[in-house]
Amino acid sequence: MGPLSVNEIISPNTNLFLAFIIGIGFGFVLEQCGFSSSRKLAGLFYGYDMVVLKVFFTGGVTAMLGLLFFSLFGWVDLNLVYINPTFLASAIVGGLVMGAGFIMGGFCPGTSFCGAAIGKIDAMIFIVGLFIGVFIFAFGYPLFEALYKAGDMGAPKISSMLSISDGIFAFILVVIALGMFYVSEWVEKKFPREEY
Amino acid sequence: MTQNPKKYMNPYLGGVLLGIVLLAANFIAGRGLGASGAIKSVVVATTQAVAPGYTADTKYFKEYHEEHSGPPLKNWLVFQMLGVVVGGFASGALAGRLKFRVEHNPKITSRRRLVFALLGGIFFGIGSQLGRGCTSGSALSGLAVISFGGIITMMAIFGGAYALAWFFRKNWI
Repeated sequence: MGPLSVNEIISPNTNLFLAFIIGIGFGFVLEQCGFSSSRKLAGLFYGYDMVVLKVFFTGGVTAMLGLLFFSLFGWVDLNLVYINPTFLASAIVGGLVMGAGFIMGGFCPGTSFCGAAIGKIDAMIFIVGLFIGVFIFAFGYPLFEALYKAGDMGAPKISSMLSISDGIFAFILVVIALGMFYVSEWVEKKFPREEY
Repeated sequence: MTQNPKKYMNPYLGGVLLGIVLLAANFIAGRGLGASGAIKSVVVATTQAVAPGYTADTKYFKEYHEEHSGPPLKNWLVFQMLGVVVGGFASGALAGRLKFRVEHNPKITSRRRLVFALLGGIFFGIGSQLGRGCTSGSALSGLAVISFGGIITMMAIFGGAYALAWFFRKNWI
């Protein structure tokens, strides 16, 4: 059955329309959780508000378990679901550069659009920065290309890298997430917290 | 502000809802959520409109068209990001949080906040290209499909921010 668009159960235009609907859900949930506030997001890095960790890992684990169950019931063919490719060096360097952007700017791309949607001028400026950054990459591509394409590993799952089943990895990740939630609740009690 | 905005949603409930949205994206489109990919599409479309000759024989733009079919703005993530703005606005309206303002730590000036927001955006923009996606497209969506690269990028994003948190602490605490 699924993925619906890959199996041509829905047309490409329907798929684009549903992208818009899914986006509404995405933006609504992010804003409801407080992801439109850079001060709330940055709390993760100083311990005064761990909402990012809680929402991020609950979301990731929910979707991961959902996909595994959908696959088990035969509702979705996981071989047709896009798996992000791994270019190891680029993934690490890119992640570190994004981390620097996160601690300076207080947003990531998705959350900055949520912040801008409710009138946060700092979020709008962050978006201007995003465009400048992507333009720099596009026009400076010859400088970045070697790093961008180094260490092509295909699109492995972490479970296959560790030679364990997807289910076992999912179970380990759930246990790790529960541990992090426990620590987060404890950390928040240690640091004074305000609502932004 | 005359009225107090509503409280935020319980983060675990919000997380489950976010997970359902992400699951729906994978079930419907066979792909996860994303944000930086939409920006990339807009950058490609803009450059093409302004300098079509340049994009036709420049490698970055040629590679974009090898990976994507159709016009750059008729793109799944572009439509999804339009939805994000609508959804974020609707949530803010319902909660009484719509207001033009620069949000910043009272210990710093608005100007300083905006300078760092711009710098942060530039870094995040470049990093998201190297990482082949941002916190949504690479980290969160990668986690859901247990992609090795996505999880590595996720750890690098959060690890990088923690490693630098001390240097930028005056902006936040």
